[in-house]
Amino acid sequence: MDMATGETRESDVGKGLLAIEARGLVKAFDGTLAVDGVDLSVRKGAIYGILGPNGAGKTTTLRMLMGIIEPDAGYRRVLGHDNPRDVARRIGYLPEERGLYPSMKAIEAIAFMGALRGLPLAEGRRRGRELLERHDLGHAASRQIRQLSKGMAQTVQLLGTLVHQPELVVLDEPFSGLDAINQGKLEVMIRDLAEQGTTVIFSTHVIHHAERLCEGVAIIAGGRVPYAGSVETARDRIPAQVRLETRSREGAWRNALPEDTRRVGDFWQFTLPETGVEPLLRALIDGDAGILSLSIERAGLHDAFVAIAGEAAVRDMDTRSAGDAA
Amino acid sequence: MSDAAQAPGRLSFWRAALVVARRDFLAILFGRTFFLFLLGPLFPAIVATMAGGIGAQTQSIAMSADIGLAMEAQDTEAMLHARDELAAQIGPAIPNMVVLERLEPGQTFDGVRVLESGEGRFAGVVTGTLAAPQLAATQGTLDRWRGVVALIAARAADDTSLALPDVATQVVATSGATQNTGRLRTAQGGQLILFLLIMLLATMVLSNLAEEKGNKIIEILAAAIPMDAVFLGKLFAMLGISAVGIAVWGSTGALILAAGDFSLASFTSPGVGWPLFFALGVVYFAMGYLLLGAIFLAVGSMAATVRDVQTLSMPVTMAQVMVFFLASMAVTQHGQWTEYAAMAFPLSSPFAMLARAATDEALWPHAVAIGWQLVCVALFIRFGAQLFRRKVMKSGPRGAAKKKSRSGKRAEQAA
Repeated sequence: MDMATGETRESDVGKGLLAIEARGLVKAFDGTLAVDGVDLSVRKGAIYGILGPNGAGKTTTLRMLMGIIEPDAGYRRVLGHDNPRDVARRIGYLPEERGLYPSMKAIEAIAFMGALRGLPLAEGRRRGRELLERHDLGHAASRQIRQLSKGMAQTVQLLGTLVHQPELVVLDEPFSGLDAINQGKLEVMIRDLAEQGTTVIFSTHVIHHAERLCEGVAIIAGGRVPYAGSVETARDRIPAQVRLETRSREGAWRNALPEDTRRVGDFWQFTLPETGVEPLLRALIDGDAGILSLSIERAGLHDAFVAIAGEAAVRDMDTRSAGDAA
Repeated sequence: MSDAAQAPGRLSFWRAALVVARRDFLAILFGRTFFLFLLGPLFPAIVATMAGGIGAQTQSIAMSADIGLAMEAQDTEAMLHARDELAAQIGPAIPNMVVLERLEPGQTFDGVRVLESGEGRFAGVVTGTLAAPQLAATQGTLDRWRGVVALIAARAADDTSLALPDVATQVVATSGATQNTGRLRTAQGGQLILFLLIMLLATMVLSNLAEEKGNKIIEILAAAIPMDAVFLGKLFAMLGISAVGIAVWGSTGALILAAGDFSLASFTSPGVGWPLFFALGVVYFAMGYLLLGAIFLAVGSMAATVRDVQTLSMPVTMAQVMVFFLASMAVTQHGQWTEYAAMAFPLSSPFAMLARAATDEALWPHAVAIGWQLVCVALFIRFGAQLFRRKVMKSGPRGAAKKKSRSGKRAEQAA
């Protein structure tokens, strides 16, 4: 993967540098299409975000990647294997809908989840105790899950996902249901994992987490991936916005402003012209606009997400309209 | 260092099933309701014992009904004497007789009025003379005792004309008839016990996946191990729980029977002998349990709620009863198509084969049947797991309906 653009290079595939590679994944349920040709490439050791609105197909995509459901078309390779369950012991998976046995003790729940991934129970208990203490939950080791708060139970499940020290961690909406403090702790945990060389993929519809954590993102909308690449490249797809404050309100210099210029408070706001800011500045100075301030603001990932997901939704509607007319 | 480098790949199928089985087994064994589970069968046993006692008492009272005598004094004495002599030789087939009234010569007695008024507890009333006795009773009693009353009256009239010779006797332990009857009873009893145990225990797995679905843990299981292993693990856990239950109930029953000087020797030995019969009973219980359990687990896993599971219980129980009837029919139709059908049909096969173990000495059919049942268990589990994966493990789109793959549509348009 090109670290600058987040794009996958052919050489990454050949060298086995990809933790996940998916091409043209399609899945329909009872004739209704949930995922329609998803392509993904995730470099080993990366933190990768899958962004999309509710019902976009994120969970279905992750379930196909985990081998929980089989795709109707397309293929996926996870840690170099076509069948994800062949490498189940090297993967940790936290589903969107959290689940633990209420009567199980926290330490047993972690050991059980480790045992499902091949870790001996005794070793699972030992590591589980360590993990719980490291996350300030040592006191909860012998408490039943039903006696824990929701946040504590979610942390226990996350630790169960990690107890067998997987190479690849897949988290479906891991931040949902967590308060701000626990969300912060989870971000730290994800960064720590990546520093240890673990590949982390998580889905979310809250963009800020992805913006802070991810080197690459895939935006899923309407079951398709209109964008996959680095966060920076995604942001670059939205032109920068210019905020201009002038002493004078009228004058010949107004003709130099782009067509999409609008008045917001005391400011003129418009998209940065393709020719750059220099010709505009010259026109403003020559026209005696009296520049008080001028700032160029780069688009955030959220703006990029809304723009990209919105475009895809429009295309989806167009396609369906064309299909209906035919 | 990641564990991946040390242990790549996946958990073996059997180890995965063991992990699930162990979790379920311990969760149930140390659950708060397990004690109630152990006590469960005692309630119907107590009810059955009480009902049996009441029934026996009622039957005893019914059987103790007397025949009333209302004849002239001399005839009455002769009847009573003849009745006692015949009862000593013939036994309980001779009814008890009680004097209602010793009549004067020429005096009459209305036996019908006595019976219809319900005076005393008489099943019938004998009047008339020794030469022409009259019996008043209901039709059933008349059919039963008309000949006996005639026999007593004849004996009373002439003490010598009905002298019965002594019959020399030789006692044997069994005969073709008693062995056949005894084995049939063993077959039916074995089937009934097997059916009750499987009905009690296999139905429990209906709701077995409800916990995982309710807790959403099913996705963690499905992502880590094959769904077949989840199914098998759950079945083995419940089989283990059943084994604990049966061991407790069996031991308790054996102790009670031993205290009552009960011995298997008093029953006809089954075709394959008692030790092998019990061993096959255990095997067929396990097979029957796994076969029905696999179906119930799959059916139950389709249910969305506990209420759905409860609704499913009735048709499932009815299906079990029908299978049991098929196997029961086969017991008395040895060597006929009904028996072969019951042995071949997977769900009735364990019942039919246990009955065969009681009635037939041959062992090889059991080897074939157990092999066949194992194949069916594997197929049922595989089918159930696939059905579950296809129908339950999915995430449907919640947004706008996307009816058809656009790539598919493009391909059609291109064509």
